[in-house]
Amino acid sequence: MVDELLFFMEVLVGGLLAGTMYSLVALGFVLIFKASATFNFSQGAMVFFSVLAFCGFMQDFNIPFVLAFILAALLMVVVGLCTERFVLRPLMNASEDTVLMATIGLGYVLEGLAQAAWGVEVRRLDLGIGDFPVPWIADNLKLFISALDITAGLVAAIMIIGLFLLFKYTKIGLGLRAVADDAGAASSIGIPLKHIMLLVWSAAGVVALVAGCMWGARAGVQFALVDLALKALPVLIIGGFSSIPGAIIGGLIIGAVEKVLEVYIGPFFGGAIEGWAPYVLAIFFLLYRPEGLFGEKIIRRV
Amino acid sequence: MKPVFMTYTKKDLINLAVCMFLSVLIIPTFIKTEYWYTSILIPWLCLALATIGQQIVMGYTGQLALGAAGFMAAGAFAMFNLILRVPDLGFVGSLIVSGLIAAAFGILFGLPSLKVRGIYLMVATLASQFFIIWMIDKFGWFKNYDSSGIITAQDIVILGKPFTTPLAMYFVCLAVTTVLTLLAMNMARGSTGRNWMAVRDMDIAAESMGVSLLRTKVQAFAISAFYCGVAGALFAFCYLKSLEPVAFDIKLSFKILFMCILGGLGTINGAFIGAAFILLFPVLLNAIGNNVFHGAIDATIISSIEQVIFGGLMIIFMIYEPLGMAKLWENLKQSIRLRLSSSSVKNLKSSAQKSE
Repeated sequence: MVDELLFFMEVLVGGLLAGTMYSLVALGFVLIFKASATFNFSQGAMVFFSVLAFCGFMQDFNIPFVLAFILAALLMVVVGLCTERFVLRPLMNASEDTVLMATIGLGYVLEGLAQAAWGVEVRRLDLGIGDFPVPWIADNLKLFISALDITAGLVAAIMIIGLFLLFKYTKIGLGLRAVADDAGAASSIGIPLKHIMLLVWSAAGVVALVAGCMWGARAGVQFALVDLALKALPVLIIGGFSSIPGAIIGGLIIGAVEKVLEVYIGPFFGGAIEGWAPYVLAIFFLLYRPEGLFGEKIIRRV
Repeated sequence: MKPVFMTYTKKDLINLAVCMFLSVLIIPTFIKTEYWYTSILIPWLCLALATIGQQIVMGYTGQLALGAAGFMAAGAFAMFNLILRVPDLGFVGSLIVSGLIAAAFGILFGLPSLKVRGIYLMVATLASQFFIIWMIDKFGWFKNYDSSGIITAQDIVILGKPFTTPLAMYFVCLAVTTVLTLLAMNMARGSTGRNWMAVRDMDIAAESMGVSLLRTKVQAFAISAFYCGVAGALFAFCYLKSLEPVAFDIKLSFKILFMCILGGLGTINGAFIGAAFILLFPVLLNAIGNNVFHGAIDATIISSIEQVIFGGLMIIFMIYEPLGMAKLWENLKQSIRLRLSSSSVKNLKSSAQKSE
C-alpha cells in the first residue's frame, strides 16, 4: 500500500515538474497576449529557433556557454524587432483571426530559417544537469525525481516571480497593462506602442530560449520541439490566455493529469494517450469554463 | 445575370464546359507521362477536395479549424475497412459511407464550436487530429491486425472494371471532385451557404435573425469532414496506394490550411488555386535547384527555403490581400475587362467623331 502510494506520488510529482516545462512555453504566449491581445502561434517555432541558434553558436562556432546564450537572446530581440516592424505594424488594424494566421506564417518562416541555417539533424544539448534521479531525494524520500525536472521547476518559478513583479510594480509593467487593455487609448496618452511591442516580443523570445534549453536538454534539439510546444495551447486554455499564474497552474494540471492518466489508464488503451489527453481535457474546460481558470471573462458585443 | 439552366447562369455553364473540356479531353490527349498523373494531377484533385472541406468550415463559416488531415485519415481507413469487410458496397458506395463516417467525427469534434471560436476552437479541433490518428494507430482492428504499419490499398474496382492505371485513377478522382465541387458551389450559393456566411460575419447577429447556430455550425463541420473524408480516401487509394496513419499527421493539416488561406478564404476556385500552388511550388523550387545550381544546394536547404517562402507569403497575403490568390485572379480579370471596355469605348468615340 505504501509502495503504491509512493509510486503515485512519484508519478504525480514527475508530472507536475514536467508540467512546468509546458508552462515555460505557455508563458511566452501569455506575455504577448497580455500586451497585444495577439495569439502568437509561432511561439513553438520561436522555442525551436532560439535553442537551435544557441546550440549552433556553441557547437559550430565554439562560443562559450554564457556568451552563446547572450548571443541567442540578442538574436531573439532582433526577431522581435523584425516581427514588430514587418508583421505586426502592417496588421495593426486587422482582425485577430488575420493576425493569428499571420503568426502561423511567421512560425513557418522561423522554422525554415532555423533549419536552413543550422541543419535538420538532432543536436544534443548538455546543460550540465543530468536527466536522472537526484540521489539525495531518492535516499531520503524514496521518490525518484529527475534533476532536470527540478531545475525546470526552479527556473519557471524564478521567471514567474520576475515577470509578475515586472508587470505589477514597474512603470513598464503599467504601460504593458494599459496597452493590453486598450491599445488606442494607451497610445493617445503617450505610451510608446512600438517600444512596448518590441519589449514584449523580445521578452517572449528570451522566455522561448529558456524553455527551449529545458526541452532540448531532455529530448534533444530537433523539429519535434515545435509539436511539443503545441501542447502549450491546452495549457493556456485551462489557465486562461491572459494570466501568468494561469500558465503555471495550467501547465501543472496538464503535466500531472497527462502522466497520471498515462500510467493508470493508458495501458488499457495501448498507451501513448499523452498525445491527445491534454487536448480533450482542454475541450472539457472549454465547455464549462471557456475563459480558463484565471482568464478574464470574454465578452463579445454585436 | 439570369439563370439559364436550373440555378446556373450562362457564365457558370461556360466555365464548367471549359473546365470539363480541359480536364477530360485536353489533358489526357496531351499529357502522356505517368509522372504528371501520379505525382501532380491526382494529388492536386484530392488535396483540392480536402481544401474545399476546409473552406466550408473556415472560409464560409468562419470557424478556425485545424484537423483536416485527421478527418482524411478517418475517411481513408473507413474506406479500407469497408472494402475489406463489406465488399458488396462497391467502390462508390464505400466512398460515400466513408465520407459519412468522417462526417460523424466532424460532428463530434465540431460541437465545441458552439461555445468557442478563434484559437480556442483551433485547440479543440487539434484534439480530433491527434485522437483520430492515435485511435487508428493503437487499435489493430482498423489496420486489419497488420503489424508492418503500412498497408497496401486495395485496387479500385467499379462495376467489375478495374481502375488501376494512372489515367483511369485520374478519371476517378476527376469525376468525384467534379460532382462534389458542383455540390459545394450549389450549397455555397443557396440558403445553406447564406447561413454559413451570416454566422461567419457575425454569429450573434445571425442568431438574432433566426439562423440556428447549432444547426449551421454542426452542418458545416459535418459537410466539411465529409469532403475531407472522401478526399482522404481518394488520397490513400489513388495517390499513396498505401495506408499509414503517419501520412495524415499535423503537417498535412497545416498544408491544407495554407492551401485554403493562400488560395483565398471563402472561394471554391481558391481551393484549386491554393492546392496547385502549394503542390507545384516545391516541384519548381527543386527544378531550379537541380537545373540552375546543378544540385549544389542541399535538398534539406531547399525544403527549408520552401517553408520560409510559404510562411512569408502567408504574412504578405494577410497584410496586402487577406482574400488570397483567388482575389488576385479576380482583380486581374477585372482590370483586363476594364481596359478592354475602356478601349472599346474610345473606339466608339473615335468612330462617332469620324462619322460627324
